[in-house]
Amino acid sequence: MVTATAARVREILDAVVDPEIPVLTIADLGILRDVAVDDDGRVVVTITPTYSGCPAMDLIREEVERALAAHGYHDVEVRTTFSPPWSTDLMSEEAKEKLRAYGIAPPRSGDDEPIRCPRCGEPSTRTVARFGSTACKALMVCERCLEPFDHFKEL
Amino acid sequence: MDTLTTTKPLATYVVRHADDNLVLGQRLSEYISWAPELEEDLAIANLALDHIGVAHHLYDYAAEVEDDGRDADGFAFLRDERQFTNVQLVERPNTDFAHIMARQFFVDAYQVPLWDALARSADERLAGIAAKAAKEARYHLRHSRMWVLRLGDGTEESHRRMQAAIDELWRFTGELFEADDLTDELAAAGIGVDPATLEAPWRRTVLATLAEATLDEPHETVMRTGGRRGLHTEALGHLLAEMQFLQRAYPGLEW
Ligand SMILES: [Zn+2]
Repeated sequence: MVTATAARVREILDAVVDPEIPVLTIADLGILRDVAVDDDGRVVVTITPTYSGCPAMDLIREEVERALAAHGYHDVEVRTTFSPPWSTDLMSEEAKEKLRAYGIAPPRSGDDEPIRCPRCGEPSTRTVARFGSTACKALMVCERCLEPFDHFKEL
Repeated sequence: MDTLTTTKPLATYVVRHADDNLVLGQRLSEYISWAPELEEDLAIANLALDHIGVAHHLYDYAAEVEDDGRDADGFAFLRDERQFTNVQLVERPNTDFAHIMARQFFVDAYQVPLWDALARSADERLAGIAAKAAKEARYHLRHSRMWVLRLGDGTEESHRRMQAAIDELWRFTGELFEADDLTDELAAAGIGVDPATLEAPWRRTVLATLAEATLDEPHETVMRTGGRRGLHTEALGHLLAEMQFLQRAYPGLEW
């Protein structure tokens, strides 16, 4: 039997990525809320959904269990919490930079900032569809390089 | 004691709001692949997903409160029409695109102040679900409002259709603001919201949008009621027959 520590569990979970945006880990996104290990060695992982209807939550739960099982942790409970609600404000600068490099315009900190093209940095862009390929994204197009791109919506 | 859905007032209250969202989500799902443009098809699918997601979280919570062995699927798939307590507005059919967007607009304009109020609920779990739903409802409202404006202030034909949708659905909006013993009890406990307090913000949003869209406010009419007591228009039965078929034909089926 492997003895778990919260730090070790977090290290393992750093390999669990979001199924829809595989450049970000669930920790990067702020989906991973808490990791605790009780006296009996039972691991309790708390996650929070990005959107109420996020279809990836069940998959993320399974991925967490699978990643921990692969390292010998079988007594695992994955809980879901809603408070405080997930917000794009919780996303780190590092995570935003990863998104940009991946071709997705990251969420802005305020509505008055322009949504810049992730390819050429152009601030003049327009919304093609407010609802994009997944619940968290809108479809945009750049006025300069004319490339379409996804914008991770502020929430 | 209210045995319509559950024996516990909090669970019954939570199920009402879950039913609103499940039925609307199912209605929207029916329209996927029929939208006037691809982008709108994605939007409808996303709206449906959000509403069904909220419903799922609320049913999960109701199941925990009820603590009687029934789970979220039990609420969604194994209750009969008369046990559904959604407002009738959300079950109205997808007559045309104008009806779909008018229905959505009326619901969004109601859900924004509803979730904002419930986000301050003394019940922490309900407050958490509501706080998340509030953000999504604002986004939905921007979308449905845009369509009311675009169709209302569009061509002669689009204006005629949007006006017809607004007129037709108007009589289903009174029910959104009806209080009863259950809402009185939960509002007094600081857990629920008095629906009557949501009418003023709803009217502000709706009337301002209608004016901007060059649409007329409908004439006063007799408001339909009964959804919260399990009385529905014939449209709901058909929706449930399709939605529940698999679980009814093969109870407990999983995949
Ligand atoms: Zn560009």
